[in-house]
Amino acid sequence: MKTKLVTGLAAVAFATTAFSGAAVARDQIQIKGSSTVLPYAQIVAEAFGENFDFPTPVVEGGGSGAGRKALCEGVGENTIDIADSSSRIKQSDIDNCMANGIDKIMEVRIGYDGIVFASDINGPSFAFTPADWYNAIAAKVVKDGKLVDNPNKSWHDVNPDLPDQAILAFIPGTKHGTREVFDVKVIEAGCADSGAEEALKAAGMEEGGCLKLRTDGVSVDIDGDYTETLSRLDANKDAIGVFGLSFYENNTDKLQVATMSGITPSTESIASGEYPVSRPLFFYVKMAHLGVIPGLREYINFFVSDDMAGPDGPLAAYGLVSDPKLADTQKMVEDEVPMGPLM
Amino acid sequence: MSVDNTVAEAGRPRLIRADRTRRRNAAETRFRIYGVVAIVISLAALVFLVLSILSNGLGAFSQTFIAFDVYLDPAVIDKNGNRNPEEMKKVTTIGYGNLLKKALAADLEARGVSTEGIPPKEVDGLLSKDAPAQLRDKVLADPGLVGQTIRFETYANGRIDGYFKGRVTMESARLDSNVSPEQLELADRMRAAGIVSVRFNWGFLFGPDASELRPEAAGLGIAIIGSAYMMMIVLVLALPIGVAASIYLEEFARQNAFTDVIEVNIANLAAVPSIVFGILGLALFINFLGLPQSAPIVGGLVLTLMTLPTIIIATRASLKAVPPSIREAALGVGASKMQTVFHHVLPLAMPGILTGTIIGLAQALGETAPLLLIGMVAFVRDFPGPPPEGFFDPAAALPVQVYNWTQRADPAFVERASGAIIVLLVFLLSMNIIAIILRRRFERRW
Repeated sequence: MKTKLVTGLAAVAFATTAFSGAAVARDQIQIKGSSTVLPYAQIVAEAFGENFDFPTPVVEGGGSGAGRKALCEGVGENTIDIADSSSRIKQSDIDNCMANGIDKIMEVRIGYDGIVFASDINGPSFAFTPADWYNAIAAKVVKDGKLVDNPNKSWHDVNPDLPDQAILAFIPGTKHGTREVFDVKVIEAGCADSGAEEALKAAGMEEGGCLKLRTDGVSVDIDGDYTETLSRLDANKDAIGVFGLSFYENNTDKLQVATMSGITPSTESIASGEYPVSRPLFFYVKMAHLGVIPGLREYINFFVSDDMAGPDGPLAAYGLVSDPKLADTQKMVEDEVPMGPLM
Repeated sequence: MSVDNTVAEAGRPRLIRADRTRRRNAAETRFRIYGVVAIVISLAALVFLVLSILSNGLGAFSQTFIAFDVYLDPAVIDKNGNRNPEEMKKVTTIGYGNLLKKALAADLEARGVSTEGIPPKEVDGLLSKDAPAQLRDKVLADPGLVGQTIRFETYANGRIDGYFKGRVTMESARLDSNVSPEQLELADRMRAAGIVSVRFNWGFLFGPDASELRPEAAGLGIAIIGSAYMMMIVLVLALPIGVAASIYLEEFARQNAFTDVIEVNIANLAAVPSIVFGILGLALFINFLGLPQSAPIVGGLVLTLMTLPTIIIATRASLKAVPPSIREAALGVGASKMQTVFHHVLPLAMPGILTGTIIGLAQALGETAPLLLIGMVAFVRDFPGPPPEGFFDPAAALPVQVYNWTQRADPAFVERASGAIIVLLVFLLSMNIIAIILRRRFERRW
């Protein structure tokens, strides 16, 4: 009796393992990548599943780099179809794709995202310039014409117009696409504006010397997502956090936003290009999967349609800055134009 | 102490001895106090954890609903007028959204609920973004409804729901770009008129996940199914393999260097961080065997590997606990080695084996790290099919769903994440209770 039970169980176990060997045809789209693009991709996937006869696409986060790496793993049902990315694809990714037999990728720009600097709603308000940020958190700054280790303790030391509040900044960790934009548009720009770049060059700095931040605990890298930054900010009311515009727009009851170079971040000021700290968001489609994975073609067309990515669509309602050249993108997706070499 | 000894060695009388006894007694009292303090600290931590989860998460089980009359206008949703669902599919949720917008405004007017001073877009904003999809599904499932006026009940927007649960206040609404105090006042009037009600929400337990625009519609259905599928796979694979391995090691294998190595390895495997099993699963099951991503089959196989050492250790312990006299008696009356094991030793060890298995399963149920690597963090909206094919469809898992929801921007997801923790804790608690009952009822003492 017991023997039968045991042999029976073993047989079931064997059958399950044997069955698992047979690959199953995939009928849903698989997407992976940037956690900034993730909520937009989820919103589109949800609406796509509701309105089309295809299954709802499966969307995963994990970061822009991880998504592009997974996209370039190869062609076949076992690999993903679309990589979401909050920064542009790199030549190394393209080389990797080529090496794995993926020669055609479509680059789709879905819109723009702003990066905002926000503090506790009950604290003082801030008006920053990139130079303020550089002088606050960089390792070496120019003081009285000399290059010194950063001595600034309060925002008031950095710029007399800023409130006398201790400097404490929560910035995205280096694995985030947001950090790249922060580095380029804020720190590097501030480095040049404040004259530190010239001083560093005169002192014989190597490449990327501007990006060295101070390590005395004043600037804290957040490797988690914006919810972690928000809870850190909640515990440290004096801190300034770096967020995506859409995250801020969903938490306007807790956060107040700072201006950058005199411009308040909003979908309008980002669309017009006035607000300096913004970036385009992309997704990359493996073109070999078009027509193989059911619904892929329909999904990418649906994503860039006016109903979704347009200025009155749900993505804009969530915080995406609609692309003024969306019509060009729609045409490109319709005609299935692969991306050319990187410029 | 040393002072005491020298005194005792000096051969001083009993008076000093009494002093020593007092010290020993004092040491014992101190030790008892340490114990009580340790228990109080751990209990306080537990109570704090449970209370904070309950206070955050209980709200997730109830939800604000809006019920109103909707005229399903054939001119909008069935232009050709032949009630053919295939043709009616052309009308998207946007079309249904406009229909709902008009219907809500008309219903409010008919009931005398004033919407003065509130832009129509904000009145419409009281409804969940999920509502058009719900109505569309309903109509497509039963095209006969077209042309009728039906009473349609749907979720209220997450912020309105938050207002009735105390998460959103008039002050926060003034600052919030997603809701206005006027909307909240309108919601109050609608509640007084009986259009809005708050009650238990089955959708939280059985519905699929939803995007950030509609936290009110997000549910645990797919996560619960995904976890259940994985537990089935773990049970079916880990129990027989684990029991077979331990019986062989315990009853049949000769003690030599080789079995020693195996034993040490099993004990080591039980202590390997679970993320390592995730990396193994990604490399072996997905990249090498070509199994699909985000599927319960891969999750189940990875968790099986993780649970095996626990089951083997528990099984070997309970086999060892069966006294040798049982085996000797069976062998003595002429039973073969195998008959001895299967007729006598195994039945007596069964309660211990089952307890170990259930505890192993409970561990696997709460495991998150390995699942993150094999794509089970994905956003999945379609329910997986029935097993065994459903094992290969994408699904989520309970602990991963908690992880997922804590990362969302909308504050309503904090409540839902805590609600999901409560569901997970209920499952874990009931599994542990079953294990305790089994042990209590069938345990044999020798």
